[in-house]
Amino acid sequence: MSNLFEIKGLKSEIEGKEILKGFDLTIKAGEVHAIMGPNGTGKSTLASSIMGHPKYEVTDGQVLLNGEDVLEMGVDERALAGLFLAMQYPSEITGVTNADFLRSAINARRGEGNEISLIKFVRQMEAKMKELEMNPEFMHRYLNEGFSGGEKKRNEILQMMLLEPKLVILDEIDSGLDIDALKIVAAGVNAMRSEERSFLIITHYQRLLNYIKPDHVHVMMQGRIVKSGGPELAERLEAEGYEWVKEELGIVDETVGQA
Amino acid sequence: MSTPTASFGRDAASSIARSKNEPAWLVAWRENAGELASRLELPKPEKTPIQRWPLDLYGTDRPGAKIDSASQLPEALTKLLPAEAGGALIVQHNSSVVYTHLSDELKAKGVVLASLEEAARSHEELVRKHLMTAYAPDEHKLAALHAALWNGGVFLYVPRGVEIEEPVQALLFADDAEATFVPHVLIVAEANSRVTVVENASTAVGDAALVLNGAVEVFAKAGSQVRYAAVHSLEKGAVDVSYRRAVLEQDARIEWIVGELQDGNILSDTKTILKGNGSTSDAKIITVGTGKQRMSLTTGAVHFGLSTESDMITRAVMKEEGTAVINGVTKIEKGATRANGQQTEKVLMLSPKARGDANPILLIDEDDVKAGHAASVGQVNAEQVHYLMSRGISKTEAERLIIYGFLDPVVSEIPLESVREQLQRILERKLG
Ligand SMILES: Nc1ncnc2c1ncn2[C@@H]1O[C@H](COP(=O)(O)OP(=O)(O)OP(=O)(O)O)[C@@H](O)[C@H]1O
Ligand SMILES: [Mg+2]
Repeated sequence: MSNLFEIKGLKSEIEGKEILKGFDLTIKAGEVHAIMGPNGTGKSTLASSIMGHPKYEVTDGQVLLNGEDVLEMGVDERALAGLFLAMQYPSEITGVTNADFLRSAINARRGEGNEISLIKFVRQMEAKMKELEMNPEFMHRYLNEGFSGGEKKRNEILQMMLLEPKLVILDEIDSGLDIDALKIVAAGVNAMRSEERSFLIITHYQRLLNYIKPDHVHVMMQGRIVKSGGPELAERLEAEGYEWVKEELGIVDETVGQA
Repeated sequence: MSTPTASFGRDAASSIARSKNEPAWLVAWRENAGELASRLELPKPEKTPIQRWPLDLYGTDRPGAKIDSASQLPEALTKLLPAEAGGALIVQHNSSVVYTHLSDELKAKGVVLASLEEAARSHEELVRKHLMTAYAPDEHKLAALHAALWNGGVFLYVPRGVEIEEPVQALLFADDAEATFVPHVLIVAEANSRVTVVENASTAVGDAALVLNGAVEVFAKAGSQVRYAAVHSLEKGAVDVSYRRAVLEQDARIEWIVGELQDGNILSDTKTILKGNGSTSDAKIITVGTGKQRMSLTTGAVHFGLSTESDMITRAVMKEEGTAVINGVTKIEKGATRANGQQTEKVLMLSPKARGDANPILLIDEDDVKAGHAASVGQVNAEQVHYLMSRGISKTEAERLIIYGFLDPVVSEIPLESVREQLQRILERKLG
């Protein structure tokens, strides 16, 4: 299997505080990796830095998707290259309907003169919404406006399904989901698993990993990976918490950037 | 620049009214208004120095040529008509109404659609009882001038219990910069009636200077529902003065949906008087400021009745060197218990030279009420742009989506598709 995605020595800061301190991770095509870790250890910072959020300044390192450094690209180009981040806190945008938004996103991939027909688009969107058991009215609702926490998460997965990215990062996709919704979302993700597509799943709970079986599990502390293992690592963390990891590694304060 | 005081008064008002053979009551009424115009001061909208605007361009009486069918309208206007012809339509061209159409079915139900000039004769009692009682001639000089000079105009009467499904369309159009262009729209909706009106005001005078000194008065009787949508797209040299007023009786409802999309200066004031218990008002105004446009946009709600509710939203996108002062005034009078008045003013700034000012004002004289306001002036939200771009949408397209989205709550509610399309065209031109 080829290396689909490589993060090498990534350093990133926000408002002058260094949060990522040389982050390394390699994901092969078709793999699912999970990142767990206590609050404030840099998980969302990693996701945002990879996607190119303007608040984060990457000061060193490389992020390669199929060998191409996405850090050289604009945010939209990263998405077109195949990156997708389901955000922990998706934006609400008044006046832009879910349908208009997604059609623009799909057309950005297809290019001018090759736009998707309205009927074809509506059929696709309806089909995916049905898989996610979303009420069809969400098509014409303003993007994320007034959506409940769980509805926003489902809407992130809907976008992933329609945009068919190569590398998917899910940042706490399970937070705010009830048990049934969790199963539906997990089924959506599993349906997207393939030889050519990889996932990086950030979560606090092992429960999600019962539904989406990871190939590798990593523990993040102090802005880098401090321990890696298989699915059994997640089970132990769920049962015992993080203290044993800290003790094993001699870490007192696992957070990062807290002056 | 000459001041209006010197050039207009009782005599001028009188001679215009007489030359048009207006009924005696109206001539006297005009004379009184002319008198007021000669001594009243201009209104003083917050932070907008209108005394420097060319408001003394009264023009002369230039009636448009009557036509027999809507198809004879200029192309700019036929585009605004719904694909399916035959709906209620009234057209003012320069200083007079040139076309009116109302189906026999609605006529049979007692609905009246006529020029206000005609109604002043044919429905004297109704007109006298309502005309400029919500927007009084003695409010200020522009109101007095409006009273003295209004021409053409629209009179719509909807009898008790009559519900009109298709929107009634009013086109107000000037292509002669010399014309006095002072339309007055007077709507009387009797108890439990329902009607939607879509008004368009536009000009084709190139860069010439012109003043539209217009007014709308809506009288919504008990349990009636009136929806009033207006799209104004006057050209650069035209000053648009538009005072809109609604008076609501018990359980009546008004919805204002207004696109102020002129290229010239704007003084607009849209106010609802919630007189009757349980009456409700909803006002949505959008604008796009371009060039060196100056605008003063005010929404107002005055609560007298118990359990009355008002909501007012103004959204402005400001480009280039446009300047907007946006006022929202919610007034809850003593005794209006359980009233609820909400307002929001939002300005989206697209250029460092544009200016936007939002002034929410709450005047509350009663304890048991709810009132709220939210005002903001800001740029396109970077977080939102990032979210859209993270899905592959370019920066330009992301900003476009957000800006159109900002205006969508009004655009999507315009009741006639043809007018909604016009609005889209204007937005595309103004937003560039
Ligand atoms: N906008 C910001 N300004 C200042 N500090 C920030 C900002 N955003 C994040 N940080 C800090 O960066 C550190 C890492 O935050 P991050 O969101 O990456 O943590 P996380 O691992 O995702 O936590 P959680 O599990 O709670 O989501 C924290 O100390 C946080 O306070
Ligand atoms: Mg996080």
